[in-house]
Amino acid sequence: MTAKMKIGKIAWTIIKYASLLLMSFIAVVPVVSCVITALKTPEEYAQTNVMEMPQTFYLGNFKEAFVSANMLTAFMNSLIVLVVVLLLSVMFGAMLAYILNRFSFPGRGLVRNLFLFASLLPGIAMQVTTYKIMYNLGLINSIPGYIILLCGTDIISVTIFIQFFENLPNSLDESAIMDGCTYFGVFFKILLPLLKPAIVTVMILKGVGTYNEYYMANLYLQDKSRLVTMATSLYKFTGPLGNQYNLICAGVLITLTPALIVFILCQKQIYAGLAAGSVKG
Amino acid sequence: MPGTTLGKQKKPFGQWLRTRKVQQWLVIIAFMTIPLILLVTFSYVPFAKMFEFSLYKMKRYDSKNNKFIGLENYLDVFSRDDCFNSLKLAGYYIVASFIQLAMALYFATILCFKVRGGSLFKGLIFFPYLISGIAIGFIFKFFYTRGFVFDTVLSWIGLNPESLPYWLKDTRINNASLAATSVWRYMGQNMVLFLGAMMSVDPTLYEACAIDGANSWAKFRYIMLPSIKSVILLNMILSISGSLSAFEPPYVITGGTFGTSTYFVMMNSLAHEKGKIGLAAAMAVVLMGLIFIVTIAQQVIMKVADEDWREERRNKKLAKARKKAEKEARA
Repeated sequence: MTAKMKIGKIAWTIIKYASLLLMSFIAVVPVVSCVITALKTPEEYAQTNVMEMPQTFYLGNFKEAFVSANMLTAFMNSLIVLVVVLLLSVMFGAMLAYILNRFSFPGRGLVRNLFLFASLLPGIAMQVTTYKIMYNLGLINSIPGYIILLCGTDIISVTIFIQFFENLPNSLDESAIMDGCTYFGVFFKILLPLLKPAIVTVMILKGVGTYNEYYMANLYLQDKSRLVTMATSLYKFTGPLGNQYNLICAGVLITLTPALIVFILCQKQIYAGLAAGSVKG
Repeated sequence: MPGTTLGKQKKPFGQWLRTRKVQQWLVIIAFMTIPLILLVTFSYVPFAKMFEFSLYKMKRYDSKNNKFIGLENYLDVFSRDDCFNSLKLAGYYIVASFIQLAMALYFATILCFKVRGGSLFKGLIFFPYLISGIAIGFIFKFFYTRGFVFDTVLSWIGLNPESLPYWLKDTRINNASLAATSVWRYMGQNMVLFLGAMMSVDPTLYEACAIDGANSWAKFRYIMLPSIKSVILLNMILSISGSLSAFEPPYVITGGTFGTSTYFVMMNSLAHEKGKIGLAAAMAVVLMGLIFIVTIAQQVIMKVADEDWREERRNKKLAKARKKAEKEARA
């Protein structure tokens, strides 16, 4: 190796680590500043610069944010929504993918295209008219209504399950049918257990989206005293509390803690799930 | 596979019910009904209603006396200062998303090789993606406030805090500030996607490359880049339709004030706050038209690019073979 190449290599190593450190710094600074601020007493917050370390380890903001934003109710609501939506979208997605992948029947192509086309429709724009439908169905201010809406706009899970079914050999079903198994039996007893990796992927993608969803929750769950979710509980801080950032930061940190825990526990699955979910077109 | 179930009636009902065709139809109907009803109710009925609403003057969702005004709403979309003009803001988001893709590609390439603390860096850069949009709104309202986080950090590197602009109020800079938050949020996710595509390259290719004495740059240029070319292209085109419908950063951070109201933010406030539902529906239809054009262009470009790539590869192979033959002839 020549001296020039060596210098080049060292320079590249320096650039590489410097850029990684800089980017990580940029990624964490907004969140770290929240942690610093959330740990300050109200007086300390008023008197010191936001990036100055807190003198004490004050947890009162978390308590106050938790109570004032009604986060216990929010947590229970979010949990219910999350569990039901995940369960339903995994079931519906897998069932539909099974039909579309394993049977040929008149209208199959049409159904498949209906789902593909629907994924192109911009969600927020559709809420202009979806609101009217929800209103007519009496589903405004109702958690079940919100859950149904989230399941109804779920298209990505069907795509992921179809991809996965394509890799499961058809002979599996055939031999089970020969042994006298019904189609329902094939699906529930044989295929569904084999779909585990796809189910994990769908749960991750859908789970992140559902837990963080705030636009439709805000629009359709208007009674904020009862029907808050973790994401919409933060709206509490928009009014007169709008500049008490020691409280707001504590609230923000509380809502992102569950996501952080899940992320630390299943990093690998999250990365793999994202990569699998993005394969389209 | 199932065609008609007619002609089977000769058999007793119980037996008929057990035939394969009938069983198949039963499972098809049982598994498809609910998802299809949901799809139609929450995607296609709203889609059709969008066209209907856009032809009326509508003030409230529950009112009966909506006035039919034909295409007037569409004329308004193009002639009002605040509607179609807000599409110009998409430019900020398109630029931001291209910067985001370039950064994601750079960091994915670095992390694809052995790096000390690689998974920690990856996790830190990725995590913003998992934060909810509304929480990001609060975080950045705080971050950009005069004299707060961003100004302090800039003063550490020697900038005078007095000379800094108001990041969210100054109309020369605020749209860029907002678009930057979207880079902050999604860059890590893009990076993870690219990294996934790079990792799926056959490792024997790298070995062959190493034997040939290729350096890291050559590995990147000739093995990684071609293998993720289609993922990059797809993301570039998706970022255009994504930018046209940019919504979250202005909605949660500034609420569309100080000239940051993108097309979607405008549409949202017209529909849900200002009682101009018809106009909002017309805006939605226009935007959908634009998105479809971009999507069709995407399909076409992807196909052309793919053929280009194949052609290129074929030519390279030919050139290589020719060189080899020449060498052998000389020897």
